[in-house]
Amino acid sequence: MTVRMILRKKVYEVKAGMTIRDAILKLDIMPESVLPVKNGELLTDDEILKDGDEIRLVAVISGG
Amino acid sequence: MKCRKCDNKAVINMRQHKLALCSHHYLSWLPEKTEHFITKYKMFDRADRILVAVSGGKDSLVLWDVLQQLGYEADGLYIDLGIDGEYAYSEESKRYSDEFANSNNLKLIVAEVTKMEGASILKAASLTHRGKDKPCSICGLTKRHIMNRVGFEGNYDVLVTGHNLDDEAALLFGNALNWQVGYLARQGPVLDGNPNGFIKRAKPFCRFYERETAAYSLLRGIDYIYEECPSAVGAKSIYFKEILNQMEMDRPGTKLQFYLAFLRAKENGAFTSDPGLIETPLRKCDSCGQPTSSPDECAYCRMWGRVRERMEAN
Ligand code: SF4
Ligand SMILES: [Zn+2]
Ligand SMILES: [Zn+2]
Repeated sequence: MTVRMILRKKVYEVKAGMTIRDAILKLDIMPESVLPVKNGELLTDDEILKDGDEIRLVAVISGG
Repeated sequence: MKCRKCDNKAVINMRQHKLALCSHHYLSWLPEKTEHFITKYKMFDRADRILVAVSGGKDSLVLWDVLQQLGYEADGLYIDLGIDGEYAYSEESKRYSDEFANSNNLKLIVAEVTKMEGASILKAASLTHRGKDKPCSICGLTKRHIMNRVGFEGNYDVLVTGHNLDDEAALLFGNALNWQVGYLARQGPVLDGNPNGFIKRAKPFCRFYERETAAYSLLRGIDYIYEECPSAVGAKSIYFKEILNQMEMDRPGTKLQFYLAFLRAKENGAFTSDPGLIETPLRKCDSCGQPTSSPDECAYCRMWGRVRERMEAN
């Protein structure tokens, strides 16, 4: 099993065992630009990912 | 990671402040800080009539929420731009604004551009030179005009907007890149009003990172429009935000320092000797009565006048 990370309509799969921050960096996403949410709960990005986790990355940059 | 103030699990870590907080303490931290900035920058007080520019996005709804909590009386102003397309952006953002106002028993003033001027922003953009590439210039002019008009005619003391630090740092970055000294001189947490018809403006969230207002809305359960205006795609402001976030990642606090150092430089007179700042005398626009430096109609009335001419010609 792996970890699913969802940003807008994209779903990424990463390995369990690393921190959310490392996973975000691995996916080439700017950590400053998202907030990780698991089961509706906001998390800090030092949290270690566990098998089967589903993390929603809430995009925070808005513009125009 | 644990909360700095209690033993509970932190939900947010603000690297620039070396501060991690739990949900409970974060939800009180942000309003306390807001109060501090309101006072520090002399934005308004509890006797003032406040008008909040509400877009349906996270920043403006969170700002409205925080002002209520702090005991400020604030009405909202939603400007319906008539932006649709594959995604009904204006309709949706209005729905979020309405829902927030209704569930909190707040007054929301709605200004509909299409009703006021006879065409939506997108239609106007398609008909004028100014909107050739993007509707944003027309949109910005229209929003600024309507906000000022509603604020001034409604006898509000101050117009507040939800601009956050990322917005301000990106704006500063763009202005500094071109050394637009006139713009730099006017940028800041407060822009004073003018009895000739300009309402005072304030940005109580100008020192919060974008992720902080987003975190607050998630924790408070404030629903906001998550989709962007379709025209925001490829906006320069987003590009600048990304560059600044890249620096922020390597050196936490860079964005905040950039903005605060600018404010200090400004306070020390760095941008006051600009000749562009010598006030051009203002008079009333022949059509709408709003202040303008032009001899007949203001830029807003001229622009919408051209749009109507083209519509009639078509
Ligand atoms: S992105 Fe452009 S058109 Fe859309 S709301 Fe912002 S300024 Fe207006
Ligand atoms: Zn706590
Ligand atoms: Zn006018």
